[in-house]
Amino acid sequence: MTTKSPADSRPLSPFMLGSYYRFQWTSVLSFAHRLTGLGLSLGSALLAVWLIALAGGPQWYGAVAAHVQAWYGQVLLFAWTFALMYHLCNGIRHLFWDIGRGFELKTAQYSGYAVVVVSLLLTAAAWALACFR
Amino acid sequence: MSLRSPLSRARGLGSAKHGVHHFWVQRVSAVALIPLALWFVFSVALLAAKGGSFDAVRYWASYPSVAVTLVLFLAAAAYHSALGVQVVIEDYVAGEGWKIALLVFSKFTHLLIAVAGIFAVLKLALA
Repeated sequence: MTTKSPADSRPLSPFMLGSYYRFQWTSVLSFAHRLTGLGLSLGSALLAVWLIALAGGPQWYGAVAAHVQAWYGQVLLFAWTFALMYHLCNGIRHLFWDIGRGFELKTAQYSGYAVVVVSLLLTAAAWALACFR
Repeated sequence: MSLRSPLSRARGLGSAKHGVHHFWVQRVSAVALIPLALWFVFSVALLAAKGGSFDAVRYWASYPSVAVTLVLFLAAAAYHSALGVQVVIEDYVAGEGWKIALLVFSKFTHLLIAVAGIFAVLKLALA
């Protein structure tokens, strides 16, 4: 027996984007947290592939390294670094909210600026270390 | 007819015990991942700075303290990721069938990633 409950025909979460919803700085950061989280989930699969190739020997590792060193690999790796740093910094912001701190509108906006700046700095630091050391 | 009150039946069931479990382990794994993720990114950046040759990376990954930390990172990341993707699926997938199918697929895939990644590290470390 399959009967549709009223809940089934209700619109689901992202329906209000665009037509009913005005974007704000803080909500954009919130979407970005989910998006980077999903991106990092895909990244964890690539991390496993990298380690498996490493365990597989020089030929496997070389095959993966060729993709990592190609332009698209480097672009992906840079995006991945920033996604990780952003998700990490914004995650700390979320942890402060979880203990009830930083909810005031001004504080939430400024902590959002801080998250973006610090995650950019951490990304730059990692790539500077990799490229110029 | 049962003489038990609804309250006595509800006690110890469902969210009466497990309601905050997902919320809590998501935060605990997040806290664990702060040092682990920073360590991983800057370690790999250092490896890249030294050229990232197969021998150098293998030597690094098979070093006992590195191997242990890599296993912890893989386990925490896969667990945290599985919890996060679960919430995204629950929030945005409308059909009950699709939702359950995707949830199971996500859990299996995350388990595969964790087991395969950890196996690779152990193979390197114990070789």
